[in-house]
Amino acid sequence: MIAAPLALLAELTHRCPLRCPYCSNPVTLAGPGAELDTETWARVFREAAALGCLQVHLSGGEPMARRDITALVAAASGAGLYTNLITAGVLLDEARLAALAAAGLDHVQLSVQDSEAASADRIGGLAGGHARKLAAARLVRAAGLPLTLNAVVHRQNLDRLPGLIELALALGAQRLEVAHVQYYGWALANRAALLPSRAQLEAATAAVEAARAALKGRLVIDYVVPDYHAQRPKPCMGGWGRRFLAVSPVGRVLPCHAAESLPGFDFPDVRLVSLRAAWEESEAFNRFRGTGWMRAPCQGCARAEVDWGGCRCQAFALAGDAAAADPACALSPHHALLAQAVAEAASAGGGFTYREPKRAPLPPAPGAPFFAAQMEG
Amino acid sequence: MTPDTAPRFAPGMKLREDKARGQWVVMGPERMFVPDETALEILRLVDGARSIAAIVDDLLTRYDAPRALVEGDVLALFADLRDRGVVTGG
Ligand code: SF4
Ligand code: SF4
Repeated sequence: MIAAPLALLAELTHRCPLRCPYCSNPVTLAGPGAELDTETWARVFREAAALGCLQVHLSGGEPMARRDITALVAAASGAGLYTNLITAGVLLDEARLAALAAAGLDHVQLSVQDSEAASADRIGGLAGGHARKLAAARLVRAAGLPLTLNAVVHRQNLDRLPGLIELALALGAQRLEVAHVQYYGWALANRAALLPSRAQLEAATAAVEAARAALKGRLVIDYVVPDYHAQRPKPCMGGWGRRFLAVSPVGRVLPCHAAESLPGFDFPDVRLVSLRAAWEESEAFNRFRGTGWMRAPCQGCARAEVDWGGCRCQAFALAGDAAAADPACALSPHHALLAQAVAEAASAGGGFTYREPKRAPLPPAPGAPFFAAQMEG
Repeated sequence: MTPDTAPRFAPGMKLREDKARGQWVVMGPERMFVPDETALEILRLVDGARSIAAIVDDLLTRYDAPRALVEGDVLALFADLRDRGVVTGG
């Protein structure tokens, strides 16, 4: 029997006022006209709960760009799901937030791009965005909703991690999620501008460890060492088709939000099939489920059921083969590419290719040196 | 955490039934704890009003164990849950 998923990532829309150069949305963004309607999302939430999901993350793009966001929160909460809003905050106001709280919203996860406004606004590509986020955070706390601050970190803000920790405390967040950029899609195109150095990383890790000890019981800090400086990969999504599923704005059911970057897949369409059928029966979910698909060096490896061979999207992006071991693993024949990328990034500039609709960036060719196209600025 | 503390679930933390897996879980953002049988029994008594001493009283009506032992275990459990951000001290 196939174990039930724990959480659904509902990518309600790709619309967003920000333009982060590491955005995890696909490089080809869905237009508003193609988005699932309220009723279809409500059915997806009911099916997710019936399938065994306990939690839904309402994400995007910017979920507040959906005019029906209150109805969607009510539908998710009514289905019995723990409902988390993942937002950039710039479209929140007091009235909308009160409506969301009344609709049963359990938690808000607010992203910030940096601890300093000028840098944050430059990274997010929206003038005045940071100030609006701070205001949004205060509204969230005033509404009595729990708050997680989410900071995506990279070379251009990692040195201000202590400032981000202070910001989380000042805003009354219970939790700070420090997420290193994951390099596929937009982020891969911006990798040379974003990869941190080893020295930066060590300072950041030390700062997190000190803060965790000092703030025990006040602030939970989630932090994972990034792939490009690791010897073994992370268990991406807890393993393909094991714990999570995502639904894209147009209704594609995905084992992870980035899976559409993989070629040769026919991801189930939730307009046509049930979530259960997608999860249990679809070829896409079964292709990399478990360990049967693995080859050397993963096949028979003692960690095969610990990290599940790592990230399929990173394997494809770097090794050109979605069934290869994640190059973050030191046992992968492509592992040296990561160190090479870190070295190249050390001498690269900081200019960004911002996320824009209808302007897909040029990804580096899989398996080839990556950087030539991004040496601007 | 002392016997007088009345613990409550931290903001965003909820105890709820997980029917698909036949268990109870403490849900939080990106986090989930599956309490064992004893911890579940204790967590069910958490309402923000009951003190740890009162929770221990309740347990002692059902368990034949020295009070000091039970109280020590319950205090340790709550201290651990507080450190993990699951409960706050009232
Ligand atoms: S990463 Fe930035 S651009 Fe992408 S959805 Fe989030 S806030 Fe918007
Ligand atoms: S060889 Fe494969 S299974 Fe083993 S540690 Fe590396 S990625 Fe994980």
